[in-house]
This record gives sequence, C-alpha cells and structure tokens, in this order.
Amino acid sequence: MDILRKWEVFWEKFSGPEGAWHRVLEEGLKNTLIIAFLGLAIGIVLGTLIASIKVMPKYKLLPRVLDKICSVYVGFFRGTPIVVQLLLAYYVLFPLMDVQLGSLNTCILVFGLNSAAYCSEIMRGGILSVDAGQMEAGRAVGLSYFTTMMKIVVPQAIKNILPTLGNELIALVKDTSVVSFVAAVDLYKTFNEIGNRTYEYLIPYTAMAVIYIVLVAIISLGIKLMERSLRKSDRRN
Amino acid sequence: MIDVINLTKVYDKLVVLDNITETIHEGERVVILGPSGSGKSTFLRCLNCMEDPTSGSIIFDGEDLADFKVDINRHRQKMGMVFQQFNLFNNKTVLQNITLAPLHVGLKKIKGRAARAAFRAEVEENAHKLLQRIGLDEWADKYPSTLSGGQKQRVAIVRALAMNPKVILFDEPTSALDPEMVGEVLDLIKQLADEGMTMVVVTHEMGFAREVGSRVLFMDGGHIIEQGTPEEVFDHPKHPRLQEFLSKVL
Repeated sequence: MDILRKWEVFWEKFSGPEGAWHRVLEEGLKNTLIIAFLGLAIGIVLGTLIASIKVMPKYKLLPRVLDKICSVYVGFFRGTPIVVQLLLAYYVLFPLMDVQLGSLNTCILVFGLNSAAYCSEIMRGGILSVDAGQMEAGRAVGLSYFTTMMKIVVPQAIKNILPTLGNELIALVKDTSVVSFVAAVDLYKTFNEIGNRTYEYLIPYTAMAVIYIVLVAIISLGIKLMERSLRKSDRRN
Repeated sequence: MIDVINLTKVYDKLVVLDNITETIHEGERVVILGPSGSGKSTFLRCLNCMEDPTSGSIIFDGEDLADFKVDINRHRQKMGMVFQQFNLFNNKTVLQNITLAPLHVGLKKIKGRAARAAFRAEVEENAHKLLQRIGLDEWADKYPSTLSGGQKQRVAIVRALAMNPKVILFDEPTSALDPEMVGEVLDLIKQLADEGMTMVVVTHEMGFAREVGSRVLFMDGGHIIEQGTPEEVFDHPKHPRLQEFLSKVL
C-alpha cells in the first residue's frame, strides 16, 4: 500500500459532514487545550501561593508548618508520574471520597495540582531573582507580606520566569496525551480512534504530531509577544 | 515619639547592637554617624522592625513594635523609610509608586464606587502635587528605570511623604548617588527638616549632618558612644574614638 492510498483511507474517515474531524477538533483538540491551559492556570495560582510560603521568613510557627506541608506536596507531585496521579485520583481517591467529577474535570484538577508543584519551584526561583529591596520597600510603606508579594514581587518574578513558564505550558500540552488512561478524550485518543477504525496508523499519528508541533509553535510565539509587552518597564527593549 | 529600650540585635553570635536605650523626640532631626560596621544602619532598621530586635522594645504610638502580636504594618504606615538603593517599585510607574500604599490602605476602608473613585482621584492629585514639588510631574507615567539616581531618590522620598508619616527614617540616602546628584536629594531632605518633619538619618555627609541635624549620635561597636548637638559633636568631640573618626572624615 503506498502513501497515497493510506492518505485516501485516512481522508475518507476524517473529512465529510460526518467525518472524524468533528471529534478531533471539538473534543480532542478542545480538551487538550482546556486541560493544559486550565491546568497551568491552577498551577500558577497555587504554585505562586506555595512559593510565597516557601520564601517567607520563618520566625513564627505557622510559616514553618505551612512550609513543611508544601514540601510534602511538592515532593509527592514531583516524585510520581502524572499517569499515576491520574489513576490514583480517578480510580481510587475520588470513588473513595464519593466524589464524581467526570474524567475531564479530574484531568484538569490533577494537571493543575501537578503543575502547581513545578510552578512553585519555578516561581520560587523567580521570586528570589527579584531584588530584596522591593519587598523591603513594600513592607516599609506598611503593606503586608502577601500584598507586597502579589503587587510588587510576583509581577516582577513572572517577567523573569516567563520563558520557563512557557516551557511548563508546552510540557503540559504534550503531557495531556496520557489522559485517555482515565477515559478522557484528547487529541491522541481521537487520532487513535481513526487508526483503530482503518487499521492504518501512519497518517493519523503523523497528523497528530504535526498538530502538536503547531500548537507548541503558537504557544512559543504567544510567550514571546507577552514577554515583549511585559518588558516595557525595563530599560532594555 | 520613638522610645528604644534595651535594644539588642545579635546575628548568629555577632552582637551588632548592644543594649541601646534612646529616645527620638517629636520634631527632632537625629543624625547617626559612625564607621561602617558600627551598627548604625541596623539601629535605624530596628526602629521600624525591618530588622527584628533580638531583645528589647521599640515603643511607638504606645505600642511595642518588637512584639510580634502588634500590627506592624499599621505602624509602618506612619514611619516612612528611604533606602540607600532607592527601592522604587520597578513594575510600577512613578505615580503608582507614590499612590500604591495610600490607595491600598485607604480603599480598604471605603465602601461604594463613587466614594472610592473620589478617594482615588484625591490620592492621585496629592501624588501629582508631590511630584510637582520635586519637579518630576512630567515623569509621572514613566517607569523608574528611566530616572537618574537623584530623581529616583527624590521620588522615594515623596513616596514616603504620601503616607503622611510622623517620622521618616533615612538609611544613607545619598550613598548610592553620583556626586553631582547628592545636592538635589539633600536639598529636599533639608526642606522637610525646615517644615518640622521628625527624621532619623544615617549618613556620611558631615556637612549635611552639621547643618540639618538637631542632635548627632555617634555609634561604634553597637553602642552610642557619644551624642550632642552638631556643635558639641563636631567641634568638641570628647571620646577618642569620635575624635579619630572625625579626623579621618573631615
């Protein structure tokens, strides 16, 4: 069978009013993007919180206790593969707690929690890269630690770590390809279905690879544009 | 206004401040001199608890700032601080640098959209007035990275003023400036002094200390070893350590 023939088989399944492209775009691509972007959003918010706790002065008991909790959290989510976390959440933890979230929501949550562990470390590095004088100045005018953190330090930290956060988003987009383990439909799942129906995998898998590449290219471009606009308070442009 | 009682600060095993008791009175312009490592900056930074005292009390407005239970943020709003490295908020414009804290503190207490908008306008107008005073109003929407050192420090001073503090702490405000910019910053501090602002200034500018200070403290080895009016300290130093210091810097 030559490549043209393979293409025809694929196209027949893919195109047309009832074609598989509906499922690829409206479920596969959509879910992949939803899980990655919402996951990153949860990750950044929670990660920033964890990072703020980690860099807090540790005179009092509460920050020390919170710090330990955060360490355990980060240790677990960085120490286990995301597939294991998905399986544990979907098949063990949520049924045990009698929570029914559905596979897509489970994926968003687990990817968010997972990403928070990585984002917290990225953010911690970013926060430490901001001159300590910025925090001092905020505290000196009477702002609280967290207010100064959120209004002054974190915005500057994010500017410094934007390229690294971009990497995290790219990693998330690609990692979503395991969500079919918990019955969620993503890009991989939809292309795999086409392959299973036609017994031809060359074109579906190649097409899938191309879509991932394009996604990542678009994200890289977006990050670059954001970086440029955030740099406007810098002398270097 | 600020009562420092038995203030001690120890880093690891190094005693930086050794059991200092001192009072800053309202309307005073206290200048702190001393060789590097004498503890003068640490003393200043303990006044608003930027450094937490190891032991001792800082009494301000009837409360002990060294006590963790005291709401330090509320008190710091009334104690301005100006840093050697300016520390303007890099991600905020010049105007936002000045309005950030007044808005944040003030808006918490105000309910209702119209009242909030009115308050915001009032704070911004006040900030513009402060900028006009230092001749930098056209820079209001610029970012700090575009200002010169002297301009940054003057903005930092009016940022402290915007909170209507009872006292301003200056931590070597001219040490990071190019020589030709020192004058503009010192002039502004002098103006504030003339207006009766209470201030505590750590500085190496002896001329400024003599001209502006109402009282000079000389620190060495974590102690205030001599103090008095500028005339007493500069013209009739008693302690040999102070005599030696002055012979080197004057």
